[in-house]
Amino acid sequence: MGKQRVAVVGIGQTKHQATRGDVSMAGLVREAAQRALTDAHMTWADVDAVVIGKAPDFFEGVMMPELFLADALGCTGKPLFRVHTAGSVGGSTAIVASQLIEAGIHERVLAVAFEKQSESEAMWALSLPIPFTPPLHAGAGGYFAPHIRSYIRRAKAPDHVGMLVALKDRQNGLKNPYAHLHEPEITFDSIKESMMLWDPIRYAETCPSSDGACAVVLGSEAVADAAAADGRPPAWIKGTAMRSEPTLSAERDTVLPLAGALCAADVYRQAGITNPRKEVDCVEMYVPFSWFEPMWLENLGFAEPGEGWKMTEAGVTALDGDLPVNMSGGVLCTNPIGASGMLRFAEAAMQVRGTAGDHQVDGARTAVGHAYGGGSQFFAMWVVGADKP
Amino acid sequence: MRDIAVISFAQTPMRRRVEELNEVEMLMPAIHDALRQVDMTIDDIGFTCSGSTDYLAGTAFSFVSTLDGVGPWPPIQESHVEMDGAWALYEAWVKLQIGEIDTALVYGYAKSSPGDLPMVLTRQLDPITVGPLWPDSVSMAALQARSLLDAGKATEEQFAEVAARSRRNALDNPNAQLAWDRSAADVLAEDYLVAPLRRSDCAPIIDGAAAIVLAAGDVARSKVTRPAWIRGIDHRVEPIHLGLRDLTVSESTRTAAAKAGVADGPIDVAELHAPFTSQELILAEALGLGDQTSINPSGGALSANPMMTAGLILIGEVANRISSGDANRGVAHATSGPCLQQNLVCVLEGEN
Repeated sequence: MGKQRVAVVGIGQTKHQATRGDVSMAGLVREAAQRALTDAHMTWADVDAVVIGKAPDFFEGVMMPELFLADALGCTGKPLFRVHTAGSVGGSTAIVASQLIEAGIHERVLAVAFEKQSESEAMWALSLPIPFTPPLHAGAGGYFAPHIRSYIRRAKAPDHVGMLVALKDRQNGLKNPYAHLHEPEITFDSIKESMMLWDPIRYAETCPSSDGACAVVLGSEAVADAAAADGRPPAWIKGTAMRSEPTLSAERDTVLPLAGALCAADVYRQAGITNPRKEVDCVEMYVPFSWFEPMWLENLGFAEPGEGWKMTEAGVTALDGDLPVNMSGGVLCTNPIGASGMLRFAEAAMQVRGTAGDHQVDGARTAVGHAYGGGSQFFAMWVVGADKP
Repeated sequence: MRDIAVISFAQTPMRRRVEELNEVEMLMPAIHDALRQVDMTIDDIGFTCSGSTDYLAGTAFSFVSTLDGVGPWPPIQESHVEMDGAWALYEAWVKLQIGEIDTALVYGYAKSSPGDLPMVLTRQLDPITVGPLWPDSVSMAALQARSLLDAGKATEEQFAEVAARSRRNALDNPNAQLAWDRSAADVLAEDYLVAPLRRSDCAPIIDGAAAIVLAAGDVARSKVTRPAWIRGIDHRVEPIHLGLRDLTVSESTRTAAAKAGVADGPIDVAELHAPFTSQELILAEALGLGDQTSINPSGGALSANPMMTAGLILIGEVANRISSGDANRGVAHATSGPCLQQNLVCVLEGEN
């Protein structure tokens, strides 16, 4: 049958905050899923299958929670599929869901991703022992700080670039009503004066720990055409890719991981993009610590190695810049880990549908969504466009 | 649909406890044996997908370490499901259907021995209303068995016959953990573990791993003389709450079987993932199996039930019987969740 076209025809997310004490896990996922279905002009009965993703089950203390969420997700008698690919899982979940339509198996698939981090203490849950090394790091920041220091040294990047990223993303987040952090008083100086957590990562350059969920409804070409005819523009999926590399390997470059570069090259090839810097209108990438913006700009081919920080410093990645990055405020404003990847993918789709509200990039036709996980070793990306491929 | 076949299957010997190896070390022989059988390395694989759960490993992101056992360098196309490896195989089958790759490696593994499995599985239940009561998996299966008896749909003698037949079949399976030759009457003489289930009505708790290689069309034909073609595969779920289901039937298995086309031809062999004897009876009915079908010739889950892996193993067992020519058409089944909540059905067939 060959590869079928797929488009995003509905998007929903929760209000993200430190503790969503007003809802259970079931309530959280339904809030996002119901919004996505409403956006798609569908009901639960229209959904052929549900694909759900989240990061480690220990975060909430429920083993394989999709089992108890099955009826809340309207899955009775339907296929329910659970993805877990570490921090990239939100992106992977959307990709696995899209493949069910690409392969011609289903017409309408609901993809949902969530994390309810208030159920536990995510920082310590992420403080995994690394084999053969003393257990000295605390949280993901402790793991990634050496990668960032290595980047700064290699790229000869000035100290203030990380703070510029944090300021930009937090200001973008003010335009996003769903974002967890809304800090209207934030300034460059307040970031600079915030506590140093894992040198060079300051408190204000770090993602929060959030409760939240995101959902996308994916449709076949016929479903997407019908939505378009009804005046609801779909976001056509022009390419999807996942790549993984080992945790421990002498060949690895954790600053510019080969898996990330290959993943990007694969989606650009599928989307017919030869010069991403010129052909992509905006990017929503997984930046949990400020410095990952310049690092991923290089890894994803938007800048030469060592040059990414110059784009940030010159304002290219600002909402009104030539290549806006993290228009939603990104992971620095909202981080329900299992959902964070899908929020990136969903923001890219909102941009090309023209439904991003106050953080809409004018004329966005082609957008990239990116997620990563593990020790910078799992990557998921998609390219979405306003035009049918 | 594109023709996709199981061309290779390997498993570790099923053991009550594998204490001297970590998960990576336990898993690696299965992966490398599956690849070696078809003269492949990871470089020949288009997509890799695995199934496992952090809750048995006792650590978050446990699958991240086991990926190192694959040797994913240069970087590979890879995904992971927090489900039995049978669902990882489903994801790989979907990926192969798209037509951009021709081969896939699938694996599943778990070590249940470090914890108290029936207690660990209570953590799957609704965390607000049911989980705090810690109802263990054996007691929940006993409720299901009791409802079968009360409905007059089965007898304890039938349970005992399933127990005896499965362990007798397992005598021919060198990988099985629990194999013996005792009569059903002997089983009935056992005390109840949780009435109406006796110890022999329950699956053993197992540490183990398995791997399968899938290939499309002519690639499969070039690698093996008789590929086991996947003619249909589907999976369905029901609500977790026992009160929302008729426990004496498996509607999700019935739906998956219809979608997978089980009834489109005779079934020579069926490998059913029934961790309790009572569940095999429910599954056989849901799949519409008759006397012409040999059920669980491997001994099934009652002889070896490694979590996150047993479903994948049963697909491999059916594939082996087709590839060897012992069977022409068979069905494999995998389950997850309490009392057969979620079920996958896979129809495999040889080429004549």
